[in-house]
Amino acid sequence: MYLTVVSVNIGIFILLALSLNIITGYAGQPALGHAAFFGIGAYTSAILTTSYGMNFWLSIPFAFIMAGIMGGFLGLISIRMRDDFLAITSIGINFVVVAIFQYSDFFGGSLGISLKRPYFFGMKVTATGYLILIGLMILGTVLLILKMKRSWFGLALSSIRNDETAAASFGIDVNRYKVLAFTLGTAIAGMTGAVYAHHMTFIYSSDFAFIVSISILSMVVIGGIGTIRGPIFGAILLGAAPELFRFFADYRMIVYGGLLVFMMRFQSQGFLGYDSVLVRAFKKLFPGGLKKKEGEIIG
Amino acid sequence: MLSQQIVNGIMIGSVYALTAMGATLIYGILRILDIANAGAYAVGAYAGWYMYSVTENILLAFVFAMLFTGIIGVLVQKFIYFPIISKPNVIAIVPLITSVGLFTLTGDMLRLIFGPNVKNMNMTFKINAVEIGNVRISAEWIFIVLLTATLFFVLWFILNKTKLGLAWRATAADTEIAKTMGVNVHISMALSYVLGYGFAAAAGTMVGVLYNSIYPTMGDIPSYKMLAIIVLGGLGNPLGTVVAGIVIGLSETLVSAYFGSIMPRDVIAFVVLIIVLLVKPSGLVTRKNT
Repeated sequence: MYLTVVSVNIGIFILLALSLNIITGYAGQPALGHAAFFGIGAYTSAILTTSYGMNFWLSIPFAFIMAGIMGGFLGLISIRMRDDFLAITSIGINFVVVAIFQYSDFFGGSLGISLKRPYFFGMKVTATGYLILIGLMILGTVLLILKMKRSWFGLALSSIRNDETAAASFGIDVNRYKVLAFTLGTAIAGMTGAVYAHHMTFIYSSDFAFIVSISILSMVVIGGIGTIRGPIFGAILLGAAPELFRFFADYRMIVYGGLLVFMMRFQSQGFLGYDSVLVRAFKKLFPGGLKKKEGEIIG
Repeated sequence: MLSQQIVNGIMIGSVYALTAMGATLIYGILRILDIANAGAYAVGAYAGWYMYSVTENILLAFVFAMLFTGIIGVLVQKFIYFPIISKPNVIAIVPLITSVGLFTLTGDMLRLIFGPNVKNMNMTFKINAVEIGNVRISAEWIFIVLLTATLFFVLWFILNKTKLGLAWRATAADTEIAKTMGVNVHISMALSYVLGYGFAAAAGTMVGVLYNSIYPTMGDIPSYKMLAIIVLGGLGNPLGTVVAGIVIGLSETLVSAYFGSIMPRDVIAFVVLIIVLLVKPSGLVTRKNT
């Protein structure tokens, strides 16, 4: 039971890391407020199921759409700004969203929102049920990202990331693809939020604070930005560590911060990123073992 | 009533400007958005609090806070940022993530060392308050405004009247050309961090004196408000930062005084930022040469 709950939490982190990676890894946009969209999804779903009596399953697409719309809005702002401006705006959005959740009575205010466990064909959804649901979502997201990478959309994103001006001069509609990447990434985070809210059965504004955004970013960066294996590895590593080492819980943020600085200083592509130390060592051990598939160069 | 609000707004705005000045100086030279400046703000506040509780001398506390944090700044610049930005093909997000990491690290380190509880300065002033017409200014504020003005004067003097400042301005204008003209850009970078982190530390200590509370997460709100201010100020422009700080201070005070219930106070800076960026993406004050 305990193991299942922990696995669901790690699965949620994997989804969040994968979705942030679409924005930060593939499109190269520094979004530092991902937890805000996770929260928008969670609150959308929670309010729909508690105040309007909507079915949990039906609320998931609503959370997906709502977070996607808000993310698209951030994308529209990002068009007008340079990279570093966007980072600030996204931090700001995170603070504003949390403040609104906390101040507004509509969002439960300082009391938070308590939820009921949903049903699946008459059966209460258990931790195992959530694990299966999250697993399916991860599978779907990974397939979607794989498809995206091979498509015109994925190619356009990597050209934007490498050189925005050059991409635009080749006739790529930079603005459209940026907004699309934002919409997709944040919508997945929103969907994850809906599951999170019903899995925890209680949500509160600080669950979606800036520090959560930093944790998600740490997972992406430490695992390997711009790859699929990286964020999954990062989420498992950082998600499981507090459970494996109890003493670690108190030092979590210090370790995240330290790791971020350390990785950026010495290995900015992450543990499993393109051409990282581990990947190079693996290739030396098994020459020709890994197909040349991750063509991304970051940092 | 209105004149009092305006004076309050300008006063709090000058503290904001001081908070953001460090990040401005650093952006001016290294083109890094250093969120870790908000960490320096909190570290400085703790350093000032420590010195004050030992010696009971507030000026000594400020000097200690600025020196201590300034030295940390130089070390951070030399051993973390400089190696990162000297690598070939660094994308902008790498130093940014580094600074986020540093910021997270410092906040939590302060919590582990000093505990999560609020520390008090408990400063007492000899005078109570000064009243000019119907505007009342408390003793803390007089002290802070005088100190801020002094620090800004020192900054203006260093940047405009000394060789060091000339080197700084040359490096900010064009690092490569400055190098060929024999400017030691490493010294300019170090100067940015000494002054930058030092100013953030002074601002942190001031806020500690003003609200009589120092706690590990005190840098959280300044972190993004400071960034909003340097963006509004036209990025890397010290004068623009002062203007933008006062604009934010004024809009916060006036909006929360007259439309108090619309939004939480700390959100206003961000709303102003969004509006200005959508109308004029280059910031309030732009440099003539760029």
